[in-house]
Amino acid sequence: MIVAARIFVVGGLTSFRALFYWLTPWIYIPTMLIAPLFQILLFAYIGRSAHLRNDQFFLIGNALQYAAIPCLFAMAQMLGGERYQNTLSAILVSPAPRIPLFFGRSLPVVLNGAFVGAFALAVGSLILGVHLPASSIAPLALVILIAAFSCTGLGLVNAALSLRIRENAVISNVIFGFLLIFTGANVPLSSLPDWMSTAAQGMPFTHAIGAARLLAGGAALGHVRGLLGAELLVGAVYGVLGYALVRWFETLSRQHASLERS
Amino acid sequence: MSSLRFIGVSWLLQLKMIMRSPFDGIGNVLYPLFFATTAFFVFQAGRSPRTLVYAALGAAVMGMWSSVSTSAGSAMQRERWWGTLELLVAAPRHFSLVLFPSTLGLATVGIYNLAATLLWGRFAFGIHVTIVHWLLFCLSVGGTVLAFGGLGLLFAVSFVRFRAAWVLGNFFEYPVWLICGLLVPLALLPAWVRPISWVLAPTWGMNAIRQSALGGSPVNDLLICLGLGLAYVAIAVLVTDRVLQDARARGTLSLT
Repeated sequence: MIVAARIFVVGGLTSFRALFYWLTPWIYIPTMLIAPLFQILLFAYIGRSAHLRNDQFFLIGNALQYAAIPCLFAMAQMLGGERYQNTLSAILVSPAPRIPLFFGRSLPVVLNGAFVGAFALAVGSLILGVHLPASSIAPLALVILIAAFSCTGLGLVNAALSLRIRENAVISNVIFGFLLIFTGANVPLSSLPDWMSTAAQGMPFTHAIGAARLLAGGAALGHVRGLLGAELLVGAVYGVLGYALVRWFETLSRQHASLERS
Repeated sequence: MSSLRFIGVSWLLQLKMIMRSPFDGIGNVLYPLFFATTAFFVFQAGRSPRTLVYAALGAAVMGMWSSVSTSAGSAMQRERWWGTLELLVAAPRHFSLVLFPSTLGLATVGIYNLAATLLWGRFAFGIHVTIVHWLLFCLSVGGTVLAFGGLGLLFAVSFVRFRAAWVLGNFFEYPVWLICGLLVPLALLPAWVRPISWVLAPTWGMNAIRQSALGGSPVNDLLICLGLGLAYVAIAVLVTDRVLQDARARGTLSLT
């Protein structure tokens, strides 16, 4: 039990810190802190041009949705990066229990994703002059954390795919693009075709963005608990699916000697 | 003449390599399409047919810019990773001449982006973009590609001393989409943004493409776009000399 806890906490933290071997402040600040602000501004101005909704709508949607970048890319890098450094086989041959091994690496990703989303929301609201009620700040922080958890679940699926697909950056960008369109970050779900708004119910961010908009509009936390429960459920389903895929692809990699195929 | 032949042959070689790259050949085409699709939905929800046509052309140029900005910044970084940077620098040709076909190749992929976005808008969203002046439209697209290639060259040589050059390329993607009026009229942006947009070729390339497609007069915009492209190339040549001289003196070309 103690070993599993050590693998979960120490292993996860060490793996995340290893990202900063290349994810230096020179990379982190432009990609994680400044880029989401430009995405918010881009869509806020598109919204103004199209006369669709107000700045708050686009601020909340894009601040939360941009958390997908750290969640998807960091999780893909969790396995892809190990392969690049030639350490993946050493990890997979170890007797370490897989659940703390993989989920421990997810925890810092969730926290970082939440930080990126919260930063974008806070600074974006200052730039656009959007007022968020003081009473909504703490509930919004919780919603962002849940959204990051949910997307990290999808990130684990993405990480599993990087065991089979060489170009995980392309896959991460494609998933990011689908989340941009489907989750209601910029387009009201009611304006999307039915099949798209239905598919959005099974995607990270959809429920969290809806909840965040209600909170910013003055709703109480209890009023959005159904949405938060749905978001948590979506994240948990993706997490379990991602873990199953990782184990399956690990087995396939052993059978076909394709672990280092990149 | 031999320089033109050199650019032509190198451009073809680079284009083949880009088309074989999943990131440059597929990722850079798909990624802006997601943004274009989102923008189409937003404008469609706004229910204004005029803005949909405006957005379709803007989204098409967005794709052109994406293919340049995300990859041109790291063009020299790639050569460094491949271990060919020192060989290219040591080649008898001026290094900016060696690098220009690479960024021009990326800009050329932008034509595919433009066509893909317009076709996507046509078949998925029913946006009919009628090109009024075909010849001027083709000239505008060609001129914009050349100017984007020049700007990409300036990016590539300016970032050579920066280990994480690809970040800067990515970093300039959103701002140019926004401040060059690709999807949002410049009149909506704060007044202090406009002088910045005037020194960026995408602003004029976008104007030229829109004017030629919608029936205006694109010649002035096209000439300014080409002029800026030439200016970028001239600045890039000067920057190349300075950067390489410094890298040779300090022995820092490989950044290892």
